[in-house]
Amino acid sequence: MLILAFRRFLSMALIMAIVSFTLFAIFESDKLAVAGKVLGPYSNTEQRELWLEQNGYNEPFLERYVTWVGNALTGDFGYSIQYKSPVSDVLWPRLGNTAILAGLYMLFMIPLSLTLGVIAGMKEGSIQDRVVSVGSVLTTSVPEFASATFFSAIFVFWLGWLPGTSAMTSGFSWAEIFLPVFVLVMYGFGYTTRMTRASMAEVMTSHYIRTAVLKGIPYRRVIMKHALRNALIAPFTVIILQLNWLLSGVIVVEVFFAYKGFGKLLLDAALFGDIFVIEACTLVAVFVAVFSQFISDIGYTLLNPRIRFT
Amino acid sequence: MTTEIQSNDTSPSAISKMFKSIGLLRESPIAIFGLSLILFWVILAILAPILPLYDPNAPLEPFKAPLADARDGGLYWLGTDHKGRDILSRVSFGAQQVLVWATTATAVAYIVGMLMGVVAGYLGGWWDEIISFISNVLLSFPVIVLYIIIITYLGATGFNIVLAVTFASAPGIMRIVRGLVLDLRTRDYIFAAQTRGESSLYIMLVELLPNARGPLIVDACLRLGYTTITIAMLGYLGLGLPPPQPTGAKMNAETQPLGSFAGHMAVVPAAAISSLVLGFNLLADGLREISMKD
Repeated sequence: MLILAFRRFLSMALIMAIVSFTLFAIFESDKLAVAGKVLGPYSNTEQRELWLEQNGYNEPFLERYVTWVGNALTGDFGYSIQYKSPVSDVLWPRLGNTAILAGLYMLFMIPLSLTLGVIAGMKEGSIQDRVVSVGSVLTTSVPEFASATFFSAIFVFWLGWLPGTSAMTSGFSWAEIFLPVFVLVMYGFGYTTRMTRASMAEVMTSHYIRTAVLKGIPYRRVIMKHALRNALIAPFTVIILQLNWLLSGVIVVEVFFAYKGFGKLLLDAALFGDIFVIEACTLVAVFVAVFSQFISDIGYTLLNPRIRFT
Repeated sequence: MTTEIQSNDTSPSAISKMFKSIGLLRESPIAIFGLSLILFWVILAILAPILPLYDPNAPLEPFKAPLADARDGGLYWLGTDHKGRDILSRVSFGAQQVLVWATTATAVAYIVGMLMGVVAGYLGGWWDEIISFISNVLLSFPVIVLYIIIITYLGATGFNIVLAVTFASAPGIMRIVRGLVLDLRTRDYIFAAQTRGESSLYIMLVELLPNARGPLIVDACLRLGYTTITIAMLGYLGLGLPPPQPTGAKMNAETQPLGSFAGHMAVVPAAAISSLVLGFNLLADGLREISMKD
């Protein structure tokens, strides 16, 4: 087990090293372009040369990369061109806001999709199975920007129950966070539901469930005690790996509702050309993705009784 | 997963095979419904230039409700937007853009992904190590970050969108194909081909890939839907195709703040994109159901 964890950890570190190097090569191999971005289009070559000299850009490329990685590891991501402040000052609060959004999403999505998936998978081909399956295809076909449009049309413009933006200018507000979370849940729950359903349906056809039913154990008990344990292993990994593509939904939702989160920060930086913010956001996003893969691998082996390491 | 083994000599002609597979679709009403949704948009997109539609970029009369009469005696079936452009016309031409680019991008991603997968699965060894490692690195990127980096670095053109979709999807396709090939390469007909002295290239392209098609067709439908969402989403985020072309989501983004008094302008394109994606997803679902039955 420890050996597996260690090997996974090594490959995670290797991937991070390659990603960070590629990123650095893309954005910072052209020194003059970096200086141009920082000092603005009206700076002359002399000023740019001076800035490069002062900020240590005349060192060899590899040396700069190592310094950059060292700084990033200690939380120093450089200086944001757009916000005129250190990147970390902007990054962490934004990341916190997105964590709230993603946390609430998980809080509602997980119970909903597990329940629906189990109900559907219990009896393959039954009415409830049909309803859940068709329902989850329908909701996963409506991308976030479309469902955000529909739900604001209903709740904001027609019924007038909820605010249309979630900028949180006067502190945290449940009314403002409701629609973003709702939109994410509507799009995201279908996938986990279908995975849970497939996993549950597979378990229900296995021999040990048949034996349990034939032994005369009450149906409820068969489901709760025997089926669920094995049926929920696969959805666990799916839920954790969702973090990877949750980010695209988060960006759309944050842009739509003007929510000050990590996704909007990344998009704004990309549109503005704020390279240090792009680099920092990418590193954080890839780290979260790789780390969640690590957790899901380890978790899977811990949960699955068929895999045992001595 | 069933893979039928056919030799090329006894199989019926391509056309009768196609009819047979369309006939198979009849077994699943879901697949038929999905296919009709897709065909509706394909036909509308093909006919867009010859239908009596207004110019999608011409400013006519702003803020008309659906079914309002036009000044020249015509009818705005779906109304007009804030710049006075006809929404029906914009949706039809937008469908053209989205369908062309989604299909191209998915096709290119498939060619790259299949080649990577068949090489990694059949040749194995270092080929497999290297290709699998590259895929793992690419898969560890959240896809949206990959899109944002590629498109902000290279610019938002159709070609770069195809490139970005390929980078994001090919590793996933490679994994599926590699898995299928690892299973197929132990079959007798592969040994037969090897004994005949066929080249690796021939075995990979003629013997392996055609026999791996079953699960790939289902995956391709899902991916088409997903690529449609991606292209629309990039348009929404301001990273899509340059302005004159109306993609559904772009219309949606432009009109979002105006929702308060002209809701239909944003809702119509959102509904259009959703129905197209629904078509792809239902078709994939139906196809999977049919393949499970055999």
